[in-house]
Amino acid sequence: MTPRLYLLQRGTAFVMVPLVITHLVVIMIAVHGGLSAEEILARTRGSAAWAIFYSVFVFAASIHAGIGMQAIAHEWFGLGQRAAAIAGHIFILFLLSLGLRAVFGVYGL
Amino acid sequence: MSSSPDNLLQVKIWRGCADGAYEDYVVPQQDNQTVLDVVTYIQRNLDAALAYRFACRVGVCGSCAMTVNGRPRWTCRTHVSRVAKNGMLEIAPLQNLPVIRDLVTDMTPFFEKWQEARGRFVPGEGPKDTLARVPPEQKERAAASAAIECINCGVCYSACDVVAWRDDYLGPAALNRAWAAYNDVRDGDRVGVLKAVSTGTGCNNCHTHQSCAEHCPVALNPTFSIAGLKRATLKASVKGELSK
Repeated sequence: MTPRLYLLQRGTAFVMVPLVITHLVVIMIAVHGGLSAEEILARTRGSAAWAIFYSVFVFAASIHAGIGMQAIAHEWFGLGQRAAAIAGHIFILFLLSLGLRAVFGVYGL
Repeated sequence: MSSSPDNLLQVKIWRGCADGAYEDYVVPQQDNQTVLDVVTYIQRNLDAALAYRFACRVGVCGSCAMTVNGRPRWTCRTHVSRVAKNGMLEIAPLQNLPVIRDLVTDMTPFFEKWQEARGRFVPGEGPKDTLARVPPEQKERAAASAAIECINCGVCYSACDVVAWRDDYLGPAALNRAWAAYNDVRDGDRVGVLKAVSTGTGCNNCHTHQSCAEHCPVALNPTFSIAGLKRATLKASVKGELSK
């Protein structure tokens, strides 16, 4: 792993720390009062703040996980450096597509 | 304590190359007996063809490391009474290195990586007759002192999971040496060390499992040294020093 990849992985982890905490706290508070999924969506739809929040979350998580998967593909599955890098990039795109689809759903596009 | 039939060690020793197998031996147990004593007893009394490596017998040279009951150890300072399980010993060559024969491994890849990690001194431009002043309390001197006492035994390299997964990883010993070299303020090319260890096979591949620190017979902490290299390479990378 090069210093650039190392910085990207540690940097995205750093970005995710407050996002994960906020996500969990908000979910616990929202569900505690007995809110249904429809009621939650009614509050998030059209909210640019939540759309930006979860977009950043999705980008950070996808990049972080993709770099991790690249290492796993090379070290555990025996893929070459280049093949592992390609696998890591594909995994990033896969997570981005899933995550951004969810963000669009929460925002209501 | 003299040996008696009730006081015998059952010893399994790896024989042959990578595709070899364990062979069984029975060795009299003695007080204050080391694993190296057991191997030497077998070679001198039971099987003269057994190949193994040792030199100093007092924990200085780093030649006699082997895998004992599944863990890499320096055999000359490992007492049988501490590691034998129900009077059984299983002795194999170090892992993560090619086996030449029996308990002897080829250390070439291990030492080649020391060169690759630039774990050697590069003189600076200064005149030869000036003596560098390096106070013992200096931060760099303290970091170098903490890493310098490596005996090159290969125990950490054998214990490292990342080396087991990818044989091109430089490994804890070479990186620990690189950290000592980087902290030598007399070195003429300290950034050169960072360039050598920041490649795709270098320090950033460490998973911080700390097996190296757990097994190091002289209680060094290569994981700590590698963490230092990670910080230093990161700073140098951000400043653009690694691409110059």
